[in-house]
Amino acid sequence: MNSILSHIPFGANLSRRALFRYSFLTTAAMMLDRRGLLAAAPPAPAARAATAKAVIQIWLWGGPCHIDTFDPKPDAGRDFCGPLNEALATNVDGIRLGKLLPNLAGQADKFSLIRGMTHGNNGHETAAYMVQTGHSSGERIVYPSMGAVVSLFKGYDAGYTGLIPPYIVLTEPQGRFSEAGFLGPRYKPFATGGDPAKPVFAVEGIVAEGISPEHQKMRRKLLGELDSLGRHFSDDPGFMDYKKCGDEAYDMILGEGAEVFRLSNETDALRERYGRNSFGQSCLAARRLVERGAKYITINYKGWDTHKQHFQTMNRKLPELDRGLATLLADLSDHGLLDSTIIWCGGEFGRTPRVQWEAPWNGGRSHYGKVFSTLVAGGGFRGGHVVGASDARGEEVADRPVYPWDLTGSMYELLGINPDATFPRTADASVRLTPEIGGDIKSGGRLAEIM
Amino acid sequence: MAKLYALFLIVVLSAVADGAVEPYERAAAVRMMSAQSAALDRVARAGSRTPPPVCSDAVFLRRVYLDVLGVLPTGEEAAAFLADKAPEKREALIDRLLARPEFADYWGMKWGDILRVKSEFPVNLWPNAAQAYDAWIRDALRRNMPYSEFARRLLTATGSNFRVPEVNFSRAAGGHDPASLAASAAVVFMGARTANWKPAQRDDLAGFFSSVRFKKTNEWKEEILFIEPGGDVRRSLRLPDGTDVRAGADPRAVLADWLIASPRSPFAANGANRIWFWLFGRGIVHEPDDFRPDNPPTHPALLDFLAKRFAESGYDTKALLRTILNSDSYQATSISALLSDKRPTGTYPTRRVEAEVLVDAINRITGSADEYSSVIPEPFTFIPEGTRAVALPDGSITSTALEIFGRPPRDTGLLCERPARVTTAQRLQLMNSGYILRKLEKSRKLADLARSAKDVRSAADALYLEILSRHPTDDELAVIAAHEPPGKNPARQKFLDVAWALINSPEFLFKH
Repeated sequence: MNSILSHIPFGANLSRRALFRYSFLTTAAMMLDRRGLLAAAPPAPAARAATAKAVIQIWLWGGPCHIDTFDPKPDAGRDFCGPLNEALATNVDGIRLGKLLPNLAGQADKFSLIRGMTHGNNGHETAAYMVQTGHSSGERIVYPSMGAVVSLFKGYDAGYTGLIPPYIVLTEPQGRFSEAGFLGPRYKPFATGGDPAKPVFAVEGIVAEGISPEHQKMRRKLLGELDSLGRHFSDDPGFMDYKKCGDEAYDMILGEGAEVFRLSNETDALRERYGRNSFGQSCLAARRLVERGAKYITINYKGWDTHKQHFQTMNRKLPELDRGLATLLADLSDHGLLDSTIIWCGGEFGRTPRVQWEAPWNGGRSHYGKVFSTLVAGGGFRGGHVVGASDARGEEVADRPVYPWDLTGSMYELLGINPDATFPRTADASVRLTPEIGGDIKSGGRLAEIM
Repeated sequence: MAKLYALFLIVVLSAVADGAVEPYERAAAVRMMSAQSAALDRVARAGSRTPPPVCSDAVFLRRVYLDVLGVLPTGEEAAAFLADKAPEKREALIDRLLARPEFADYWGMKWGDILRVKSEFPVNLWPNAAQAYDAWIRDALRRNMPYSEFARRLLTATGSNFRVPEVNFSRAAGGHDPASLAASAAVVFMGARTANWKPAQRDDLAGFFSSVRFKKTNEWKEEILFIEPGGDVRRSLRLPDGTDVRAGADPRAVLADWLIASPRSPFAANGANRIWFWLFGRGIVHEPDDFRPDNPPTHPALLDFLAKRFAESGYDTKALLRTILNSDSYQATSISALLSDKRPTGTYPTRRVEAEVLVDAINRITGSADEYSSVIPEPFTFIPEGTRAVALPDGSITSTALEIFGRPPRDTGLLCERPARVTTAQRLQLMNSGYILRKLEKSRKLADLARSAKDVRSAADALYLEILSRHPTDDELAVIAAHEPPGKNPARQKFLDVAWALINSPEFLFKH
């Protein structure tokens, strides 16, 4: 396996295009992954000192409407606002939020709003891929999501020794694009499963209801004693992995893993403030994970694809989002963690500003990749600012576009990861963390104004 | 074919190894072997002084079920095979398994991986086209379509992606341009990565695909592949071996003829090597999709033997499988401590059971089923209840458990996309997830098994046959007798704990 790199002869005469087409880097990374050779990779040189140590991504799967949330247009009329035709003043002069976000309005000094997000794609999968990987979808290579990249540069390969996996998803995986792309399964997130709002947050694999620690230990002993085959394979690499991973699994089941997910250790008052629902309690779990050193946590908050029943859904979901996110910002701040933790909240696109009152939508909104909003906070992002703007009806970027790679690149910078670097140990120098600007790849520049 | 060489059965007296490991190796036995398989062993083991012991009946049974069908034997099947005293029982079992319908499901999954049968990004075949393509592939395997015909049809198909499923071979290539089509054909049928080739060689191969065109129709997502009319049929194209040929009406057919028939074509060697890889987890050329001069076969004579047999049989996949499966090389022990020989022909290499096979096996043992669906892209796809994971017709359809155990994304079609390593997340999932614990606790099948057993010993025997395809040893029975779990119903809990332990044992998790 040591000869893996020599095993892949990247011809010097190959064009970058050819490399992509033949998906060679994918192969390279997969093979590297098998024996963790990436582990020896030196970290990419940082463009600046890191201010952020961890990231919490609040992923609003389906695409939340920008004008009902972070970019209100109360003067655009009923065809655009429906019943949500008011905006709230916030604790920062000049910044206004949608009327269903009163708690966030009290925290506006802690976050900034990007109102000129754009990529122009209206398909869930492709748009999600672009926003989560910070790459356009035209390449033949499948890029890793930002969480996997952070896991590569800040996780086990960079000396992370925590028992808690460095990249965690609460609670269900996002699908293909929360995933590791060409980095391979080693960089996939750990998805907790379970429901943090239930009396026991049954984290899949770690917290099993109805099995006492004593019973766990008895079963472990039974398994060891019945392993008749394994004792003949003490030097087999696969069996060695099996044993090592089993020891780690039991450290999680019987120790730190179970502890970090025990939300009942928090006060009832705090749990109430977050909201006694799955999203609110996921925010609380995210704070506990950041405290324990996890590097990238995604809260996969579903249900924003509101083609129908849009306003009814907003009335239900926005108060949840408002409460959970506002409390998370305040709680991280109270724990002194906000300065070192990036929070970003948004979906794969916005929604059509003009309400579809006609049948069959009867008051719905469709996909809208031309302009949308994302909230960022902490970790070196300044709060209390608005970056860019959409036009009067939220239909076009009016000022300062921000493309997905501008945003991921900014976050990489704050993490001390050079966004212009290439992935380590890939033989071709063209596979970058963020795409090269030019041609089809447009840019509004990184978010220097709030960093 | 089977009947033909069954006439030349050779009685093999297996090498008796001192201290053969029970219950995994048999001390001595007489069994029957075809002349073909004996010839394979002579080639594979040339120069090897002490061939390793042959695996026990129990190990063979489990191994051949997993490798041929991707399913575990049932407890009844295991008991019957172990009790069978016939000397030709292994050969007879191989024949029975090759005739079973699960063969096409399992090998269809393998082919789906390399042909990238997937509706979504980055292949984007679209659900109905992916399913039509998948059905075509599995039907070809079911009928044991000669590999040469299989290749020719994929390479030369024209028509609608919905109506001529083979057309999707070209649509899955990653690009509609000649270079992409050529690269895809090269990696699948020559095991060659054209990125390693000189630009002129790449251009030469792309020339055979330069007449391919695609057009849309009024039907949503329909795409028709056709050959540009009016091309110069007499223009000259250069084959990978440097020979110049006339293009013909569809130059792809000229390339297919050369691939299948030329003695200088790597087609047969690549096809046979991939089958060897699928049975042993390692190719004689490895990776099997990376044939090139500086990556030579570890056992050239063996690869040559297999390629010749494959071509001479008319590219009969099942005949080649039969030859390999009946050999001592395949039926060798996996226990490495006793070995002096080198892989891949020395022993049977251990590797983790594939994600889909593992999930199916757990569902079989517990009498449960997983539900599969895909809501992106539309139209939504709902897979009929009880469909096994190996039979899923679309690489986009997956589940949390399948992802944890490494269902390949089919992003590249390379065989290394299927991860073989054990991870901590996998062990957590198998040991302690609600997914597994619920299946065990709610299993009516296991409850019935426990109820019908007259004592702990027979209950353990039933579990061992169902899960590990063998009887427990006396040592194991003693361990089970001594296990005293807590709870209101210790007898039931003991039974569940033993089932849990067996499902979590490496003997279950690995092919061995």
